[in-house]
Amino acid sequence: MNPIRFDDWTAPVPAVRREVLSVLPEEETDRPPVLFVPGLGHGAWAFAEHWLAHAAERGYPAHSVSPRDRGDLRAQVHDVVQVAVSLPRQVVLVGHGAGARVVARVLARYPARAAVLAAPLLDGRAALGAALRANPAGTLPALVGGRLRVNRRQLFGPGMPAERADAYLGRLVHPGARMQRQLAGRDASPAPVGDPPVLVVGSPDDRVVPRASLDRAAVRHGGAPLLFPGMGHDLMLDTGWTEPLDAILDWLDKELGG
Amino acid sequence: MADTPLADRTDAVCVIGAGGSGLAAVKSLREHGFAVDCYERETSVGGAWNWRHDRSPVSSGTHLISSRPLTEFPDFPMPDSWPDYPRHSQVLSYLERYAAHFGLREHIWFGTEVVAATPVGDGRWDVTTRSTGGGAERTQRYAAVVAANGHNWSPKPVTLEGADDFRGRILPASAYKDPAQLRGRKVLVIGGGNTGCDIAVEAAQHAAAVWHSTRRGYWYAPKFVLGRPADQINALARRWRLPLRLRQWLYHRTVRLTVGDVTRFGLAAPDHRPYESHPLVNSQLIYYVGHGRITPVADVARLEAFAVTLTDGMRVEPDLIVTATGYLPRFEFLAPQLLDMDDDGRPDLHLHAFARRHPTLAVIGLVQSDGGLFPLAHWQSVAVARWLRLRIADPARAGAVQQKESQRPIASWSRTRTVPSSRHWFEVSFVDYLRALGELIDRLEPA
Repeated sequence: MNPIRFDDWTAPVPAVRREVLSVLPEEETDRPPVLFVPGLGHGAWAFAEHWLAHAAERGYPAHSVSPRDRGDLRAQVHDVVQVAVSLPRQVVLVGHGAGARVVARVLARYPARAAVLAAPLLDGRAALGAALRANPAGTLPALVGGRLRVNRRQLFGPGMPAERADAYLGRLVHPGARMQRQLAGRDASPAPVGDPPVLVVGSPDDRVVPRASLDRAAVRHGGAPLLFPGMGHDLMLDTGWTEPLDAILDWLDKELGG
Repeated sequence: MADTPLADRTDAVCVIGAGGSGLAAVKSLREHGFAVDCYERETSVGGAWNWRHDRSPVSSGTHLISSRPLTEFPDFPMPDSWPDYPRHSQVLSYLERYAAHFGLREHIWFGTEVVAATPVGDGRWDVTTRSTGGGAERTQRYAAVVAANGHNWSPKPVTLEGADDFRGRILPASAYKDPAQLRGRKVLVIGGGNTGCDIAVEAAQHAAAVWHSTRRGYWYAPKFVLGRPADQINALARRWRLPLRLRQWLYHRTVRLTVGDVTRFGLAAPDHRPYESHPLVNSQLIYYVGHGRITPVADVARLEAFAVTLTDGMRVEPDLIVTATGYLPRFEFLAPQLLDMDDDGRPDLHLHAFARRHPTLAVIGLVQSDGGLFPLAHWQSVAVARWLRLRIADPARAGAVQQKESQRPIASWSRTRTVPSSRHWFEVSFVDYLRALGELIDRLEPA
């Protein structure tokens, strides 16, 4: 445990206006708020498509936050913590892809009620290898500081209508070379504070995060990953989006009930 | 006399006070699996920062003197849209949100004061409580006691010779709430601490005349240096691992360049090196001295009906005297020997937190540093919770840690060279102290 935080004391992350999308349950419940953290190139919109409304229907106040423009890992961690502590109760953090990497770092600093790492991009090297195999033309420029581009097959399963997939791909933004570079390494965040329960979910058919990475992430948090075969990397946008979310919420119901 | 039979709360921990330090203690103990009963004499959280509390020292103009990043709880940052130095009402709302966010209120018994906490021999404690101000007493048995009752509420008794003859009003700083109390008055402010300087500045803005009496010269640090909060620049010097002597020299140079030679303004020259006294952070005092709104004067010799004579023979004629001479810690509910108090009432605690002879008694927040208090209270609370947990889980290892801690040199976590005054009893360096706590917390990690 290191209480020395020179970064924050000498060069605090500058404040920005953050985009937070929220859907609240119709009736007030005693369930904790859930904060969804999107991955590389995605924004809060990715969860507003399906997951926020569905989580709210099941009684969880649901929020998602967009990463700041060209923010690095540290700035994103700062933003997520800022949004988390602005909510009335201790939050459940759900990070997807690179957002799970952010969540892993947030957990070392903010005692979340629980956390879910969905298709977590914790091992940058493995992800880079997978991306080079699946989409060499889109990946190579990123190696020299250019923008990383992904294709339909990397993010979505075969059942996804091409039109919708392309519409989503069109909304992706360049996360900035600095963030891409930081993600290329392996996650080295310290142990979570406050000992929250952590769940890892993913798909064995994910072409961004290899199966072995999922297993390693789950082992680190003392469990096995929940798997949803046939789905692509973007669990919250792919056609079968209800399944992983329901599984996450079922797990939460159980964890918070006990 | 207990009106009800003694209730045994088995493994529960008793926390005394629900200010910033008490809240941190409750949260940490809960996180480490302890049941907690927190007793708070007021009916709301916030302690000193809650201006509704009769023991609160804040006045309407109080702002933080350490900047946001060095003041916030490390796991619950203040909104980054707040100013560098938030106002006291923002700090209170921050503590209220902290309590709500982590669900701490359900563990707090409001309007309840602790009358006595007595060890019963096996490391357990009998804690007697009653409704604030009277009512039936009730005694319960706890596994540990964590006192977080604050140390800025009991004004240090001040003896002013001839005070009975003085026809004007004498107001303790703790009773100063609003500049309206100063409007049009001729005010003598006694005390060169941060409170005394703040009140002198407010008097300069509202009173008819202001004298500011201090016993010695101080280093007046500005709130901003190079456009940044001064404590963040100070932290930068620590980050670069500059040795104390060099930092003292840099501090000296910086103050010389920004504030300048204070003796030119009629202020006394500091009689100690930088970092040997609690930092005075005030950008406005010298400004108002330079505008003739504040007249710095020497220590008070005696009071007469309509005048005050100072030690240098000067006479001034105030009609209001504000005494900002500091506070003393008070633990009425604990026998002095439990905290190894000396005759002056100065407790002797390991890391200013752990009672040396009572492993299940700790004090949170009894420190002062060149940063904010909440981060220190947070890590103290983590250390205390881990210590109590290890004692239960692995007594042998807990004993080994205690043995190791007893060899920790005091100079490694406490400022040993300070101006000799009760104001510096609990003075620590923010960074050194946190390093020591971090080491202890690692040692207490479950195997």
